[in-house]
Amino acid sequence: MFVPGTRQRLTGWGRTAPSVATVVRPASRDEASAALDTIGARGVTARGLGRAYGDAAQNGGGTVLDCTALDAIGAVDAERGTVVAGGGASLDAIGRAIAAHGWVLPVVPGTRIVTVGGAIAADVHGKGHHRDGSFGAHVEAITLVLPDGETREVTRASDRALFDATTGGMGLTGVIAAATLRLERASGTVRVTTTRTRDLDATMLALVEADARHRYSVAWIDLVGGRGRGIVGAADRIDLDAPSARGEAGRRALRLAVPAVVPVNLVRHASVRAFNELWLRRPIRAEALQSFDAFNAPLDALGAWPRLYGPRGLLQYQCALPIGADAALRTIVEAIADGAPAVPAFAVLKRLGAAGDGPLSFPIEGWTLAVDFPAGAPVLGAFLDTLDERVAAAGGRVYLAKDARMRAEMVPLMYPRIDEWRETQARVDPRGVLTSDLDRRLGLTRGATRGPR
Amino acid sequence: MTDATGRARTVLVLGGGSEIGLAITRALVERGARGVVLAARRPEALDAPAEALRSAGANVEVIPFDAEQIDAQESVIIDAFDRARARTGDVDIAIVAFGRLDERDVLQETPAEAGHIAALNYAGAVASALAIAQQMVAQGHGTLIVLSSVAGQHARPSMAPYAGAKAGLDAFTDALRDALRGTGVRVMTVRPGWVYSRMTVGQRSMPFAVMPERVAADVLSGLDGGATVVWTPRIVRYVALALRWLPRWATRLGFRVTSMRRPRNR
Ligand SMILES: Cc1cc2nc3c(=O)[nH]c(=O)nc-3n(C[C@H](O)[C@H](O)[C@H](O)COP(=O)(O)OP(=O)(O)OC[C@H]3O[C@@H](n4cnc5c(N)ncnc54)[C@H](O)[C@@H]3O)c2cc1C
Ligand SMILES: NC(=O)c1ccc[n+]([C@@H]2O[C@H](COP(=O)([O-])OP(=O)(O)OC[C@H]3O[C@@H](n4cnc5c(N)ncnc54)[C@H](OP(=O)(O)O)[C@@H]3O)[C@@H](O)[C@H]2O)c1
Repeated sequence: MFVPGTRQRLTGWGRTAPSVATVVRPASRDEASAALDTIGARGVTARGLGRAYGDAAQNGGGTVLDCTALDAIGAVDAERGTVVAGGGASLDAIGRAIAAHGWVLPVVPGTRIVTVGGAIAADVHGKGHHRDGSFGAHVEAITLVLPDGETREVTRASDRALFDATTGGMGLTGVIAAATLRLERASGTVRVTTTRTRDLDATMLALVEADARHRYSVAWIDLVGGRGRGIVGAADRIDLDAPSARGEAGRRALRLAVPAVVPVNLVRHASVRAFNELWLRRPIRAEALQSFDAFNAPLDALGAWPRLYGPRGLLQYQCALPIGADAALRTIVEAIADGAPAVPAFAVLKRLGAAGDGPLSFPIEGWTLAVDFPAGAPVLGAFLDTLDERVAAAGGRVYLAKDARMRAEMVPLMYPRIDEWRETQARVDPRGVLTSDLDRRLGLTRGATRGPR
Repeated sequence: MTDATGRARTVLVLGGGSEIGLAITRALVERGARGVVLAARRPEALDAPAEALRSAGANVEVIPFDAEQIDAQESVIIDAFDRARARTGDVDIAIVAFGRLDERDVLQETPAEAGHIAALNYAGAVASALAIAQQMVAQGHGTLIVLSSVAGQHARPSMAPYAGAKAGLDAFTDALRDALRGTGVRVMTVRPGWVYSRMTVGQRSMPFAVMPERVAADVLSGLDGGATVVWTPRIVRYVALALRWLPRWATRLGFRVTSMRRPRNR
């Protein structure tokens, strides 16, 4: 079977570091496995909805398997509380398909527009990580198309090492054709508590307190007009039997469209300062009912918002710091607020719960900080390198699904279980068919390239 | 790949001993490049610059390369890409920096020597640029930097074969850029004015002469700004433009005046 492809220029969500690849869109599992059979020297990368910010779902000169046609969503198995969904099905579509019957996905990242494959490959976390763990914790089985074309149903019982290496494995252990996801019977409405905090310590304290009492929590912090003041949102799903539990609460989210071409970066110091001022001083209601989606993924209403950053795009720096690294978090936040060579336009702070099982899975118990910068500033790279070193020294790591610039040397420091992961990866991909621009840059599958000399 | 902050990781220089090529490479290494392949006619002469790049943190390899051997160019360049890949990854930036200038009145030049200068600066550079472009198309990304010259915009009798070759190379580079649309490969033409380097040593310096480091700085800001053509220093663009519009007799007079100035020391 020959599956035709087209040459396309691809980037991640941040619109940086483009490369050109042959994009093939298999319509079935068989087509996916046939496509794997005809791979050239530059290998293959699976791609979902391209919401990873960096170069994880691109493969310069090679093949990219656009998995979004593998989007079948089965009927909910009400007894077991599971659904089987294609690797290319979006969490948005799944959420809509199951909501009417009173089911929800237990873990949804800050955008619903991601695929099941992308959610497993990055082992994504949501605002309830301190309670729910990451996406992989709620996956029962993964249908994996391996590089040799074989399709295998992988569970924790059948092949624990491969299952774990796939959750957080950035697509490098096989193409996720489908997965069995555990659901939860719950309302799509949340009761949201919002508080304003005056500095970083207050924000951190508010998050710790919120985590003890609420299922979801997050803080938006200001690093332009302040050094960590912000707004802390905490939320809980309301009782399914409550009168307003079905359907969306409150007003429908306002839909705004960003123009197709924004010729310059609009995200500048002054505009961000003004925005943060308005955002932080806006009247907040201490408690309100809101749809979970509006609380969880407010940016989804903005569509292609990265265009606001102009042609050079944006870069998100997301790191995790372990318990006990509060001092490191403070220095990093201060370093960004005081000395970042690009405007830290948007920053989110959250606490993470216990780590999952994936050797390359990002979340570790402690803090996670995510900061968006316009990508153009040439000295930003060197600045972020210094943050990497602080993060690694504190026992933390940078999120691979957001990264588009880290140096390969940092990987073994940040992901100490990389060798264990490589062993499993090499077992299923001995010929080295699976790769990506991210993999080539960081040497994930092949090991870091040699240092000087 | 050149990353989201515009940092290239691996650099290939054809004409690895070129002072301009090395200045650009040094600037790229200072910005974070980790792998350098210097392809040079006399590798043994590159010990010092290679060592300097190493102490700046780069993994440096020097390989033999003679641009006049046009039939051998492709295999040397493929080998250079492979070596780079085995060490630090795909070649993100390749610089075609070799060149030779014999400054003397064209009528005093031997026809054979004039032909060799034209062949190296034009045919040699065309073969290099194309071989690099093809390798970069295959990897789906990359930036090709071609050292053209202001001389190619206005040919003087004292460097006629060189200037003619640069004019041809400049035109070829424009067409190559168009051909590469949609491939992920970017082409930058650099048109320096008069630069203090081995090439110009002992010559009378021209107005607006600059050091190779200035060329490097302009090239890097061109990379950041997405430029396709970089004139360096900037002013030479307007000088070249003026020379284009002035009648030939006036520019002849102008050259006489500038070449009466005493040579400046480096
Ligand atoms: C606004 C926004 C908010 C976000 N918030 C969060 C958050 O709160 N928490 C969080 O964890 N992440 C968050 N993310 C990141 C996002 O959830 C991840 O990057 C996710 O992987 C994107 O999924 P995707 O389908 O778009 O995959 P892509 O971006 O297309 O690919 C991402 C990775 O998954 C692999 N992959 C994709 N499909 C498959 C498949 N079928 N089989 C095998 N591998 C595959 C790719 O190879 C690649 O390595 C956010 C992103 C955005 C844009
Ligand atoms: N200097 C200027 O004023 C100026 C102005 C405009 C444009 N340029 C262009 O900029 C580029 C770099 O020049 P530069 O100033 O850096 O001069 P340079 O230091 O003299 O460098 C030129 C290099 O080309 C190499 N070379 C010559 N013949 C070769 C061959 N057959 N094969 C391989 N390499 C060969 C030389 O090697 P050897 O050392 O072995 O000879 C030398 O290292 C050239 O293309 C030049 O035309 C220079």
